Amino acid sequence: MTVGYEPWEEARGAEIIAEHAGLEGATLVILHALQKAFGYVPEPAIPMVAEALNLSRAEVHGVFTFYHDFRKAPAGRHVLKLCRAEACQAAGGDALAARAEAKLGVSLGNTTADERVTLEPIYCLGLCATAPSAMLDGRVVGRLDEARIDALVAEAQR
Amino acid sequence: MTMRIYVPRDAAAVAVGADDVALAFAQAAAARGAAIEIVRNGSRGLCWLEPMVELSTAQGRIAFGPVTPADVPSLLDAMAGNGQHALRLGVTDEIPWLKRQTRLTFARCGVIDPRSVDDYRAHGGYKGLERALTLSSDQILAYVTTSGLRGRGGAGFPTGIKWKTVAQASADRKYIVCNADEGDSGTFADRMIMEGDPFVVIEGMTIAGITVGAAKGYIYIRSEYPHAVEAMNAAIVAARRAGLLGKRIGGSAHEFDLEVRVGAGAYVCGEETSLLESLEGRRGIVRAKPPLPAHKGLFGRPSVINNVLSFAAIPFILDNGAKAYADFGMGRSRGTMPIQLAGNIKYGGLFETAFGVTLGELVDEIGGGTFTGREVRAVQVGGPLGAYFPRALFDTPFDYEAFAARDGLIGHGGIVVFDDTVDMVKQARFAMEFCAIESCGKCTPCRIGSTRGVETINKIINGERVAENLAVIEDLCNTMKFGSLCALGGFTPYPVMSALKHFREDFGPAPARLQAAE
Repeated sequence: MTVGYEPWEEARGAEIIAEHAGLEGATLVILHALQKAFGYVPEPAIPMVAEALNLSRAEVHGVFTFYHDFRKAPAGRHVLKLCRAEACQAAGGDALAARAEAKLGVSLGNTTADERVTLEPIYCLGLCATAPSAMLDGRVVGRLDEARIDALVAEAQR
Repeated sequence: MTMRIYVPRDAAAVAVGADDVALAFAQAAAARGAAIEIVRNGSRGLCWLEPMVELSTAQGRIAFGPVTPADVPSLLDAMAGNGQHALRLGVTDEIPWLKRQTRLTFARCGVIDPRSVDDYRAHGGYKGLERALTLSSDQILAYVTTSGLRGRGGAGFPTGIKWKTVAQASADRKYIVCNADEGDSGTFADRMIMEGDPFVVIEGMTIAGITVGAAKGYIYIRSEYPHAVEAMNAAIVAARRAGLLGKRIGGSAHEFDLEVRVGAGAYVCGEETSLLESLEGRRGIVRAKPPLPAHKGLFGRPSVINNVLSFAAIPFILDNGAKAYADFGMGRSRGTMPIQLAGNIKYGGLFETAFGVTLGELVDEIGGGTFTGREVRAVQVGGPLGAYFPRALFDTPFDYEAFAARDGLIGHGGIVVFDDTVDMVKQARFAMEFCAIESCGKCTPCRIGSTRGVETINKIINGERVAENLAVIEDLCNTMKFGSLCALGGFTPYPVMSALKHFREDFGPAPARLQAAE
């Protein structure tokens, strides 16, 4: 179970949805809020969002699946995102990503078997003049080299 | 006497340890009983010197960098003493890389405390809005039009015309939308200004609101920018408290308020109609135009949708006059462009300068070439949809039309430098891959073309019927360029075709490469 998140509870979900349902175009705001609370968007929440916003289930499911950010299952205990866009490629990011994959034994987009680390690609953190860049659980790290990527991987595995 | 020390809170500085440095200063000062005040400013944009710390002195601010926590005790000694230190860079404003710039939009970025309205005002902030409040809508439009400002997001559409269209539309509600979905790799100017001088964005949007008669604005920021989201939200609260957002702005009859909305990792949402769909709570599917957003935009209402840098340019224009802005630049590209030097570059960062500087000056002189010390082989200008330029085209001046004439685009002003280890056929494949991942799926040329593009380039890499497959790529690119609904599919051919045109040798079949090597 991902650390730091609440377990899914329908009443809590309903509370979060109600908090934002009055906003103009509230769907993304609500999905973000649910994911922030539970670490992912639990499937039972989808029809609840639809009902609150007077939308069809299909419509909310469509929004949920369109965006890369939203998770349908909890991530690993730590999420390590490596920038794979051009500026980081130019600065040697390809080799570092391969190194992280090898150390963790998973390819980008997957979670280690012990559910400790989810390794993901990200397309640009806007840290392109201090490339290559990564983000570990929301903390940004730049000027990556072999030593720094190894340290990040080790930190994520703890 | 209390020493005032500036330690940037810009994400690029934080990524290389600025938070640890700030903490080290606080701890070291407490341990020795020294009185210091730490201001967490934005970044000056000299990214290779980050974390760059500054000390406020009677002679101006003195810069030190790049600083690590281990340097802090000796730095404190130097700051309390004669100021000499191995990391000393001199008076910040005199650093040649900074002095050579023309900072109109970024004048305050890295200078002020981005959380303080008072500091913003003390450095000339809100003078543009004050002027605007004394003018009619038509008069403000004349300022914006005469300045020659063109959309800084990449399309380069004249901002004045866009605003005028919305001002003339009649509707029960209108909206101002700020496109802060800065997804292009190699660009970070929006992020920097939002983190370093958020009030200039708020002021620009407020002026837009009173000009066109909109009372509500949204800033759509990508989720990859949590620091910018935090900075903008804090600034909005501060502006409201100061009576500069909400009802009766600055004591006038105008009402305008702002809300930040966060994207969810879809690159295509940087396209304006897709962004509007996303703001409305839907899938980020591109809309066909017409109707233009200026007529039917957010929630079907007339909407001004501009990039962060377009809004951020407005306060200067209102404060100093349209001519003061238009005097800079060349041809139809007026004013300044915050250019971002990125990738494998020695002196990377934010360089704001008048249009007209050449690509070669930017990469070799200002950027100092690569940080790996190897030869510069290619530079991609304008993000993932921008063309790759070889050294032979380094005389191209930074100007919308000049880049277009060479089958490229300046886009949002990002320049990514690659050294001679780059394999251009892989870069071409990546452009297609990225388009395939990020395509919204609405139009066939983009959705299918990009996937076929990846497959075909893979065949070329494997040496399968190279000449025939290159013809397929050209054909695909033409279909995507002329048949796609928006710039994602429409511009993906730029990096692909430029790689093929200028770096043909990387696309050759394996035997031909071996022969060339012999």
